[in-house]
Amino acid sequence: MSNYIALTYTDLLLASIFLVINGLLSLWLHLGLERKLAIAAVRMVVQLILVGLLLKSLFSILSPWLTLLVATSMVLFAGREVWARQERKLRGLWGFGIGTGAMAFAGAGITVIALTTMIGSDPWWTPRFALPVLGMVLGNTMNGISLALDALHTGISRERVSIEAQLLLGQTRWSALRPVLRRALRSGFMPIINAMGAVGIVSLPGMMTGQILSGVDPTEAVKYQLLVMFLIGGATGLGVLAATFGSVWRLTDERDRLRLERLTKPKDSA
Amino acid sequence: MNPENPLLKVRALTRLMIGPVSFGVGAGECVAITGPSGTGKSVLLRAIVDLDPNDGQVQAGDVIRADVPAPDWRKTVAMLPAESGWWLDHVAPHFQAPDRIRGQLPLVGLPETAMEWEVARLSTGEKHRLALLRCLEGGPKVLLLDEPTAALDHDTTLQIEALLKQQLDQGTAILIVTHDGTQAKRLAHRILRLEDGQLQRVAA
Repeated sequence: MSNYIALTYTDLLLASIFLVINGLLSLWLHLGLERKLAIAAVRMVVQLILVGLLLKSLFSILSPWLTLLVATSMVLFAGREVWARQERKLRGLWGFGIGTGAMAFAGAGITVIALTTMIGSDPWWTPRFALPVLGMVLGNTMNGISLALDALHTGISRERVSIEAQLLLGQTRWSALRPVLRRALRSGFMPIINAMGAVGIVSLPGMMTGQILSGVDPTEAVKYQLLVMFLIGGATGLGVLAATFGSVWRLTDERDRLRLERLTKPKDSA
Repeated sequence: MNPENPLLKVRALTRLMIGPVSFGVGAGECVAITGPSGTGKSVLLRAIVDLDPNDGQVQAGDVIRADVPAPDWRKTVAMLPAESGWWLDHVAPHFQAPDRIRGQLPLVGLPETAMEWEVARLSTGEKHRLALLRCLEGGPKVLLLDEPTAALDHDTTLQIEALLKQQLDQGTAILIVTHDGTQAKRLAHRILRLEDGQLQRVAA
């Protein structure tokens, strides 16, 4: 990292001018976006500065328990996000539990394996490696799981009659739900499949770009990016599978019935 | 028909506002259930076929519901719901052996080519008649029918009733929910009325 160029706060102030111009344009053209733009920009600045300070102190304290605490709260926040993004959710603790559980199992599990074997940081939980990798893996797993669960729950409620028709003809719950389940899995997998297909041609991933900017050899940066993409793909897949199968299991019972009363109704008004 | 030892035996069945109800339907017997809308006639059928959680013992011949997996139970005691469900684009793949069923289509007033039709183009009545054949395909011992002819004209209704009588002759037990009093009289050996969660015998 010999030729790393540190930015000054003046540089950032200069860069923010472009956003300010957008705000002024919005005022001038009566777009009504300036307020939202300003709030989002201020939030971004505050959140990122705080997280920078938090990470800096975490990296210097090097405590496994503090790292675990931060990792756990990341999983919980991601779980809340998955829960909030579904139009129809499982009632009770299940609604939060299945998405969060799937992310803890797939996202955190795969991150731990990567840290202990492939990345091999010493100690393996070193926050400088553990938290960024967990963040990237969780962010993508969260997207996949919330899309899949949303598609599953909407599909099951919309196709109740045809699912029950199959149950009535003597099919098991897994077989009767297979068409809906397949569609839900597909929507969960699609973002990561698309991302893998477009990476390098349409988009240069942020992590790789960041490494290149900080002076890492591009081929080395690509290796890291590939590692992360493999982890993301694997974790998204496993997380989506675990969450959808868990949810199907919860929305049916051992007598092969559909238990739609375990799903919340969508809000009538937005 | 042996009233002492009915084919379908329902004992102390309870579900939501219904029950406990106990009754039986003999082999080759048709029992009609009538009653005002919203009293839970469909709920009763769904409970017998175990599509909703319920309490009570149900038995079909020597098959005890609690002893067999639910899919096996629903092959023995088949239910035709009021709204038919379809999950594929064309009619044929909804049947186990479409080529064998093709010849039976005229029995419900449909041409043999109906097997190749698209589900999206079917009328409610056509869907319902196809769903009846689909329901009969597995050879159930007991048939639970929820308003099987509600969407049909008079002639087609009589055609369906003839098909059901054929089933009765083969020893199938039929429990039919109907709003049509004359249909109940034409088909049923006994008529039960569901009101306030209880079944009462209606004098024929």
